[in-house]
Amino acid sequence: MSLISTLINGHEGGLKQDGMTPMQKIALRFVVLGVLYYGLAAIEGMMMRMVEITPVPFIDDAHFFSIMTVHPMVGIFGSTYMIVFGAFLFLVPFLMKKPIFSLKLANASWMLVGGGTLIMWLAGFVFSYAPLYTLYWPLPADFSQFAIIGGIVYVVGVALIMVGTFLYSYNIFKTIMYTPEGWDKQPSMELFKSAIGFTGLTNFFKKKKTEHLVDLPVAAISRGTIDVGLNAVVIMAAGVLLLIYMFGAAFGFNLEKTWVDALLYKNMFWWGLDLIADGLVLIFVAGTWYLLATAITGKKLFMQNIARAALFVEMVVSWTVWSHHLMSDQGQSNFLKVFSGEMVTALELITQGLAVYITLVTLSRARPLKMTNELKFLLGGLLGFMLAVPAGIIQADLGMNRILHNTQWIIGSHVHVAILVGLTMTLYSAIYFLLPIVTNGAKLYSQKLATAHFWLHIVGGIGMGSFMGMAGIDGMLRRSTYIDGEYNTYMILAGICGGLLLLAFFAFLFNVVMTVGVKGLIGIYSPAKINTRECVPAQQEA
Amino acid sequence: MADSIDVLATLKLVYGIYAFIAISLISWFGYRVTKPKDDDAGAKPALFWTYVVVLAVVGTGLHFLTYNSVPWVPIDLNRASIKADTVFDITYEDHQMSFSSFPMQVGCGEHVVFNATSNDLTYGFGIFRADHTMVAQMQVVPQSRNDLMWKFGKNGTYYIRSTEYSGPRGAKMVAQNAIVVTGCDQDDVRAVEIGEQ
Repeated sequence: MSLISTLINGHEGGLKQDGMTPMQKIALRFVVLGVLYYGLAAIEGMMMRMVEITPVPFIDDAHFFSIMTVHPMVGIFGSTYMIVFGAFLFLVPFLMKKPIFSLKLANASWMLVGGGTLIMWLAGFVFSYAPLYTLYWPLPADFSQFAIIGGIVYVVGVALIMVGTFLYSYNIFKTIMYTPEGWDKQPSMELFKSAIGFTGLTNFFKKKKTEHLVDLPVAAISRGTIDVGLNAVVIMAAGVLLLIYMFGAAFGFNLEKTWVDALLYKNMFWWGLDLIADGLVLIFVAGTWYLLATAITGKKLFMQNIARAALFVEMVVSWTVWSHHLMSDQGQSNFLKVFSGEMVTALELITQGLAVYITLVTLSRARPLKMTNELKFLLGGLLGFMLAVPAGIIQADLGMNRILHNTQWIIGSHVHVAILVGLTMTLYSAIYFLLPIVTNGAKLYSQKLATAHFWLHIVGGIGMGSFMGMAGIDGMLRRSTYIDGEYNTYMILAGICGGLLLLAFFAFLFNVVMTVGVKGLIGIYSPAKINTRECVPAQQEA
Repeated sequence: MADSIDVLATLKLVYGIYAFIAISLISWFGYRVTKPKDDDAGAKPALFWTYVVVLAVVGTGLHFLTYNSVPWVPIDLNRASIKADTVFDITYEDHQMSFSSFPMQVGCGEHVVFNATSNDLTYGFGIFRADHTMVAQMQVVPQSRNDLMWKFGKNGTYYIRSTEYSGPRGAKMVAQNAIVVTGCDQDDVRAVEIGEQ
């Protein structure tokens, strides 16, 4: 078969549209958009890498910081949320062997999150709205630097993402709790308690233990979903606040210096943001590791009860850990800095360390294993968090934060290694694992490309994070531009590694497109021919 | 007295060694997991609980270590009970910094306070050497207390840069040669007057 023919029709028949369920199509819609948004974030990242090496004529400061504003938003909401939501909306009913609560809500979720991300991105691209994702007060309402229309477009985009997020959260919990038509009445409240960890908690105080009604991966998804929902509430509240100031300015009332206490706002906003950074990322990732480890080995998870408890602890930790972002704020109380900032944060080393250990032992007990794509990417994901979490613990120390806060160490050694190596490689592992399930057995076009994808990604991700981190140790700030080549050696090396990441992405994208074909990719956005709310066709389930 | 150069050099060394060990461990595991099993290593409860204790000790021990070895941590935590020898006021407005005295002359070993006030946006206050390595920084939040107490142990000339993003106009807020420290036995060789490097 010629290259063009494979590109159009896919490898060995590509994606067989006719046999796909609506749920399979929905999962793929989420994931395809998520992967494309990842590519957009990667290109934006490379544009910023170029500017950090040498000034680029068509990127001035206003443009640079508008890219910096939308880059993490596209990466987190457009890419990670989309891939995670698609995978979990498929996996929860799949693992519980019951139909999803609502296909309509699932479809609405990908449209809202995907569309909202595009609108939010346009606020940066068209209107150069650039308060960064942190939105430190009152910068987002500083209309001497930003156009009001840019802010309104930004808030509308983010609001749509959050509405999509609420729908996702509602659909997940309803799927866990509801009784499908023709089924015996389900114990909704008991399922809910088991999902969020309340059953596990009360079991500590009981002689006769209550049986867990939901599997561990579903429990992890539920607990992460709670943080997703709480985060959406905080971001929506910030959005409403911004809209009040924007409409005030539009009608001639400058509210910039009124009403909002900047430090209190910063506390509340970071409380919400940390539900993503320290809550759902760590919880979802741990849950995905457990799922992948049991799927790869076909065996039970090692120390399952400890894993459940650790997930519950992580959820509670994520509600109380935000103050490590305010350790350089002198107005923040020492108690919050030491208790929430240092001590509670240290618990993350334990919870994430436990997840790494449990996953590795589960894999080790099933030796010998074949080094499949899902296994090698899973190991890459574990390594990413083994590197990034200790880096985070280091910067969440009063002594270290005084000399590391807002440097490239934070965004390089911690954030980018956690997201690009830890989170993204875990997601790639899940994608390689789910690909045959959601495509009814589509065969990967090229194993060599998958191997190249792995090595380019892991070397590029760790390399880029490391060189950024070294620049940070030497004083390079993360939200500033340098025009005299002060950190050129590190930035050129980080740029080369960023280039490897981009190459890895194109290798993966090409491999997937050749696997399912352009026709297959377009076809997933057409209605399914099978009318069912089951996840996979009956013959595949059998 | 240890300064940021000493602490950050230690960080680079320790974290570099740790990263090498972590990468080696996962590489070794990746090789081993494809080979047949010869024992149940890693599954013994004693090893598991030892690992948990090590995580707890490392996670919390770092903070006790820095409290006892990094000089600015006890100053920060006991700030209220230490009397400042000199206070410098710095005001931020419209992406400009203005200083109560310039350059700020600091005697060796004095407890000085940099008291920053923002009249509009959130900024940062960072002290840097001529080679751009950081001495210290704090956030400068409007309507909030932003006072950093510091003790310099070496002679040098330092510049101030806003370390927090305050919009595109604030991307390069720098005040060269803003702090001059004298009276110490030792010179900070990285902190020379800019223009005389």
